[in-house]
Amino acid sequence: MTASPPAIHFEHITKTFGGVTALDDVSLTVLPGEVHCLAGENGCGKSTIIKIITGVYQPDAGAEMEIFGHKLSAITPTIARKLGIDVIWQDLALFPQMSVAENIAFEAVLGNVPRVVRHSKMRDKASEVLQRLGVNLDLEAPLHTLSVAERQIVAVGRALVGEAKLVFMDEPTASLTKSETDKLLNIVDKLSADGVAVVFVSHRLAEVLKISSRVTVLRDGKLVGVYGTEGMTQSRLTELMTGHTFDSVVAAQDRNDAPTVLEVKNLSRRGEFKNIDLTIRAGEIVGVTGLIGAGRTELGHALFGMSRPDSGEITINGAPVRFRSNRDAIACGVAYVSEDRLTLGLVQPQSIADNIVLPVLDKILDKLGLFSAAKKEKTVHAWINDLAVKIGHPDDPITTLSGGNQQRIVLAKWLATKPKLLILDSPTVGVDVGARAGIFEIVRKLASEGLAILMITDEIPEAYYNSDRVIHMSGGEFTGEYDPRTSTIHQIEEAVFA
Amino acid sequence: MRNFFRNSPTEAILLIVLAVVCLILTVATDQFLTLVNLANLLNASAINIIFAVGLVVVLIAGGIDISFAVAASVVQYVTVYVLAYFGGGNWLLGFLIAGSLGIGLGLINAFLIHYFRIISIVVTIATFNAFFGLLMFITSGRYLYNLPDWWTTRIILVEHQTASGRWAELTLPVAVMVVASIATWFLIRMTTTGRQLYAFGDNPEGARRVGINVAAMQAIAFGWAGMMAGIAGLMQVNFVQEVVPNALMGRELDVLAAVVLGGARLGGGKGSVLGCILGVMLIAIIQNGLNLLGISPFAFKMIVGAFILIAITLSNISFANFNFGRRT
Amino acid sequence: MAKTYQKLRDMLGAEVLGLLMFLVVVVIGFGFASPRFLSAANLGSMAFQLPELGLLTLAMLVPILTGGLNLAITFTANISGLTLAWVLQSNGGVDAPTSAFVIGVIAALAVGTLAGFVMGVVIAYVGAHPILVSLAMMIFLRGLGEFLTHGGDISGFPEYIQPIGHGFFLGIPIPLLILLFAAVGWHLMLSRTRHGFAAYMLGSNIEATRYSGIHTKRTLTLVYTFSGTMCALAGIVMLSRFNSVRVGHGEAYILITVLACFLGGVDPFGGFGRVFPVVMALVILQVLSSGLNLLGANQHLATAVWGLFLIAVMVIRWIWNRFARKQY
Repeated sequence: MTASPPAIHFEHITKTFGGVTALDDVSLTVLPGEVHCLAGENGCGKSTIIKIITGVYQPDAGAEMEIFGHKLSAITPTIARKLGIDVIWQDLALFPQMSVAENIAFEAVLGNVPRVVRHSKMRDKASEVLQRLGVNLDLEAPLHTLSVAERQIVAVGRALVGEAKLVFMDEPTASLTKSETDKLLNIVDKLSADGVAVVFVSHRLAEVLKISSRVTVLRDGKLVGVYGTEGMTQSRLTELMTGHTFDSVVAAQDRNDAPTVLEVKNLSRRGEFKNIDLTIRAGEIVGVTGLIGAGRTELGHALFGMSRPDSGEITINGAPVRFRSNRDAIACGVAYVSEDRLTLGLVQPQSIADNIVLPVLDKILDKLGLFSAAKKEKTVHAWINDLAVKIGHPDDPITTLSGGNQQRIVLAKWLATKPKLLILDSPTVGVDVGARAGIFEIVRKLASEGLAILMITDEIPEAYYNSDRVIHMSGGEFTGEYDPRTSTIHQIEEAVFA
Repeated sequence: MRNFFRNSPTEAILLIVLAVVCLILTVATDQFLTLVNLANLLNASAINIIFAVGLVVVLIAGGIDISFAVAASVVQYVTVYVLAYFGGGNWLLGFLIAGSLGIGLGLINAFLIHYFRIISIVVTIATFNAFFGLLMFITSGRYLYNLPDWWTTRIILVEHQTASGRWAELTLPVAVMVVASIATWFLIRMTTTGRQLYAFGDNPEGARRVGINVAAMQAIAFGWAGMMAGIAGLMQVNFVQEVVPNALMGRELDVLAAVVLGGARLGGGKGSVLGCILGVMLIAIIQNGLNLLGISPFAFKMIVGAFILIAITLSNISFANFNFGRRT
Repeated sequence: MAKTYQKLRDMLGAEVLGLLMFLVVVVIGFGFASPRFLSAANLGSMAFQLPELGLLTLAMLVPILTGGLNLAITFTANISGLTLAWVLQSNGGVDAPTSAFVIGVIAALAVGTLAGFVMGVVIAYVGAHPILVSLAMMIFLRGLGEFLTHGGDISGFPEYIQPIGHGFFLGIPIPLLILLFAAVGWHLMLSRTRHGFAAYMLGSNIEATRYSGIHTKRTLTLVYTFSGTMCALAGIVMLSRFNSVRVGHGEAYILITVLACFLGGVDPFGGFGRVFPVVMALVILQVLSSGLNLLGANQHLATAVWGLFLIAVMVIRWIWNRFARKQY
């Protein structure tokens, strides 16, 4: 048997965007039929390398690229596809107005030469793929009528339709239920047995270790190393991904004497969360962790007035509240740092100064009710200094800042509203590892000044080392509470990944 | 049938509204449901439907075009002179010249939109004025009556004398309208290119990632709209038997309104030939009905405008959450 | 020299300085080409022509800043003018008392505001596309106007309203003063009020703005409402200048208002743009227009030039952006 060439063999991949290095001399080799995992935290360059391999981005000069033995000097999406490479994107890249069948069998309509579309053939192909996945979907339904989980299945199906020999799956299981995930993992096994290589990009460490044979770890755009999964533990993998040997000290304290800021009783919203009881005291940091889709962000939205709960009570500083919109919530002293800084947290192309004053426009008016440039400058300066944000000029676009500094601006804009309760939803997403400690330093300082903080996060260690209490949320309910002083991090990890 | 209602809700509702309006007019007037009236309605709407099936392709691909009607006027003039050069020509030559001139004008829009990344509304506002200004300037607004005979002769396809002695006739533009509709339906429903147009309008970034040729999509969409505009211009001359430079001014808005009424969406990914036909016919029938009911013709546009405003409002209420694709 | 340039640029911003230099070049160019260009008569006529276009441009500016468009500006102005005319006519026409005029002006402003408010509500609360909504409103208002006037002119107003269109105050033409006040007001609104600030922000990202506690729906509604009010003001000035109202007057202004906004550096996707550069752009366009007029250019040629000029402006901005990005 002659040694077959690797499915992909990429070396010296560097990519810079306007001075920011996203990838720095990274290499990635995947063997045919192998289940490989690409691991690393958000912002480590995983998505960028996928985009380079599939021809969406061109790497900087000096890259060596080989796909199934073909040496390539440049890759376009068409070439990548022709060579058998397919991707399931994290944002799915599906077509919402088109039918399920057409989305799955979209492959059939590609090509530059016009041909007649055979709708019945597309339907057959789509139903065949769905059968392989063991899922039942209405093939004629327009995609936008499907749930997110169902769309994910369609995206998986689309990749399976092509004669792909290497499939990237970018967080494919993020929004699937346990049984859907198990089905998907079975499919991955089957593909691998058929000789199709699968590169898995996933946050769920348990999954990574269970399914893949090798794992390539990236951190901050650099290659950490390639490791076999045999004998690898979750905590060792976490360490490789974050670069932290978590010898951090548990910061939890007893806050039972402090006055109650937020009290939630029996809060429910259909399809999102149910029977939530939660108390947060002044100065207390409560971490809520669990898998994506557990209803954590939805709870955050309800507490911030973006959605209305069906039943239950919310009390702030002893007064019952009912929010009609987030404006009511802000007026009651609630602030919400969104997990989606790019599209919800900041108004991206606008300036740093304007982003800071956006929620506190009332506070920078002069006697005539017009903006006072002096007051605005004072507010902006105060917060930039207070949170030690590194900026060029306050009038520069917010996009000129690094992820960590952008997150400080988000904190600044909310602190300017003088909140009583701060909801942090995945506060370190897209923040460099080095800058994360700085963010938590600020968070802890805020708590010590009496702010009540609800911290939603995927990263169990973050919750464990920075919260006074850690709550595990699953299937829309609170399923466990841990005191970091008396529990170990493994107990929480076991509960979450079980 | 169930699928029709779910996958084409706008078309389904439009069909019901159309049926109700027809029913009311049949009861309220004795002239509406006559062969003569229906045939005239169809003859008069054929040109707008040809325009509409061209425009809908642009809307599906996520663009907007308001220059097509003026482009049709430009095509009419140039065609007259090119035909004179060929010594009169014939229908085949007429279609070829008008069609290719229309494609050429459409490609100008596509080039500016794609290459310089200018949003399509701005490009077509500009080309609208450039085309119209140059046409009026060069022709000094002159009417042309001296046209080849084949072009201005009414060609009657089907005729039938009714009991009252009047003739119900269907003319050439109706046949061309049918061909244009079938061709467009085939393009957008049955060819891979058509499905790519939908995908590109629906999710441009997703389309780019799966390797769809974006420049080709713009060129096909605006080229098709231009070709249909050219052919519509050719037919309009056959209908009115003269070439008037500003005759089609303002037509773009009527057609755009009708196409949007027919379920096409600004922001792309939606629209159908059936919707175009129903949209154009609904507006034509409402005008016809107002006329038969003896309402002042000056009130037509106001009533139609109010109707469109209400229709847009109602059709958006259920889709409000999906409709923020403002960028081309 | 270089230092003075630096100083000027810091004071005014690069875009204003660029426009200023462009203006100087255009003025010098026409000054040499036509001796009458710099005459008092020509400068005076420019000063009287600029305001109506300027007011309409201000009405177009803020919707563009929010990522939309208001295609109904000219017909909103017409209908508002018509309202004033109607109040004057029904109170004695030429002999109408000043009280009738005051009531008429209030009614006109109310009508324009209402038209804008209706559009704003549909755009903000229903989520329909601004181009469609304003298009439907435009068709409706045009129809309404034609229904009311039967396509004719309404004239015969009291003597005392003439100064609004033709008079001087402290040696400055009164319409120019009105524009100046409106522009300063608009500038204050955009740069110094919560509403203006919110308008910029939601133009860049409506969801992020909503998450920050801004009532984005109310802001968007008000943007179109104020746009309608500004149109009404333009309608009143137009009435006094022509001493008549005709529906369709100023229809060609839409292109020029869009052109002025983009020449003045407004981002076609929304979020960025200032009043001062847009006013500068307006002056340039007025100078170009008068200059072309003096050189004997035909009105239609001018239309074509505007269209081509808009394309040129967008292409130059594209080149500029590419060049700037490379440097970065």
